[in-house]
Amino acid sequence: MVRVPLHRLAHGRTGDKGDRSNISVIAYRPEFFPLLVEQVTEARVAEVFRHRRPQSVRRYLLPKLGAMNFVIDGVLDGGVNDSLNLDTHGKSLVFLVLAIEIEVPRRLCPNGLPTQRPNKD
Amino acid sequence: MASEVLRIGGGAGFSGDRTDAAGPVVETLVARGGPAALIFETLAERTLALAQIARRQNPEGGYEPQLVRFVGPVLKRCVERRIPIVGNFGAANPRGAARRLQALAREHGLHSLRVGIVEGDDLSEEGGRALLREHLPQADAAREIVSANVYQGANAIADALRAGAQVVVTGRVADPSLAVGPAMAHYGWPEDRWETLGRATMAGHLLECGAQVTGGYFADPGLKDVPDLHAVGFPIAEIAADGSFVVTKAAHTGGLVDSRTVKEQLLYEVHDPAAYLTPDVVADISEAEVHEIGKDRVAVAGIRGHPRPATLKVNVCFDGGWLGEAEISYAGPNAEARARLAAEVIRRRIGDALAVRFDLIGVLSVFADDGGRALAACTPGEARDVRMRAAAAHADRARVEQLLAEVTALYCCGPAGGGGVRTSLRPRLSTTSCLVPRERVPARFEILE
Repeated sequence: MVRVPLHRLAHGRTGDKGDRSNISVIAYRPEFFPLLVEQVTEARVAEVFRHRRPQSVRRYLLPKLGAMNFVIDGVLDGGVNDSLNLDTHGKSLVFLVLAIEIEVPRRLCPNGLPTQRPNKD
Repeated sequence: MASEVLRIGGGAGFSGDRTDAAGPVVETLVARGGPAALIFETLAERTLALAQIARRQNPEGGYEPQLVRFVGPVLKRCVERRIPIVGNFGAANPRGAARRLQALAREHGLHSLRVGIVEGDDLSEEGGRALLREHLPQADAAREIVSANVYQGANAIADALRAGAQVVVTGRVADPSLAVGPAMAHYGWPEDRWETLGRATMAGHLLECGAQVTGGYFADPGLKDVPDLHAVGFPIAEIAADGSFVVTKAAHTGGLVDSRTVKEQLLYEVHDPAAYLTPDVVADISEAEVHEIGKDRVAVAGIRGHPRPATLKVNVCFDGGWLGEAEISYAGPNAEARARLAAEVIRRRIGDALAVRFDLIGVLSVFADDGGRALAACTPGEARDVRMRAAAAHADRARVEQLLAEVTALYCCGPAGGGGVRTSLRPRLSTTSCLVPRERVPARFEILE
């Protein structure tokens, strides 16, 4: 096993509505998706946001897109019009999730790191 | 084949968007030759409250401040090529925007312009306030409302287009409805064809943020590279009669459309993927698939639709007091320790008068929390270029001004080497939302000749 940041396996984007943030996590390759489902759990995402004391973290799976959607309530210190954060929308937050460390089997890391796109034959 | 799809271009994704983006989109629509429409999305959650304030100061104002810069470059071309323009740039004053657009048409040598005005979203007058008192939580119902707008749907837009509007100006409508409206008018879809409307809604969803589906807001060097991001092209959706669609972009522009850009934007601001609620339909992308079918061409399949909700969402803005922010920089050896000391000085000067948020930009800022818990847990390090930021909000302007004065005073009374103080004081808006029965807030349209 190799430990790599989620950032090497997946990409994503944050959206906001009021005090609710949604964060997508999208596998670069289909073979990464089961690793994400197993390791990027609601509990681990709640842990990276612990200082913000979210009311709830809900994960939705979209296997046909190789993607997950996290919906996190009460995480934006009141939302775009109430937060004192420089990033009132929380747009940067997807990169907090993408910093989570994932255990990856060596066969998926030919050069020590996972590759984002399959080789074109 | 070309005439079998309706092409809808996205000309803007927010009020601050690039004003030179719509031109290449329109040229591509013209070159392809079939039926087409152009949409502009310029209203964020808080934009409308600012517009409402602007309208109070000037009854002719209160519409999108960039209206002329967005529409001016493409108006004549669109009118001549029968490409209707639909935008929510009416903001708090669709009628004022319509008059400005007619004047703009004359400036460009067009002798007339039929503008459709869609209204019914503004609930800030007495009738609307009475309705809100029934549906807002009691604590909010007693507050001073700055603006209240219900998200209207696509029907009134489609009606205005069927009545011959060359431009449709709306206030608050659901963003995807800007695209669903022209598609309904073009194909004659009934308002209960859920599957079709679900698909068209997600096409509109992909268009509504402009470049966010064509490589904007996507680049991550070395992992997700985007060609010519400085000239990123804006999107075009090719919508078929059953609502299914292909996403592409303006010709001869930078950016890219591939499965990754489409997936990121498909899930943007979505909560339950099986229930994306709009006034038109409940769209369901839980089984959606994306297929790269050519260079910068992605087909989205598997979208479903369910009957629309019985209620509509209202955004309500209240007076939110004053927001003050002040920053000062420390750099070089021991910079982080000096920045931390500066925060401590401010904390002791302000005491309990104000809840202040501190950031150490260059150490920990946007990932932290208003309560200061993340910063308290962050072990002091040796960052050498740190900007201390203090921010607070309060109904009492004087208290917030005191914070700004204290940060300014760090020049002479704070730690060594502090520089670059900047302060800002702004009135703040606070928002909430509620649901109202749709039959209580009908949309209406009118044609201004």
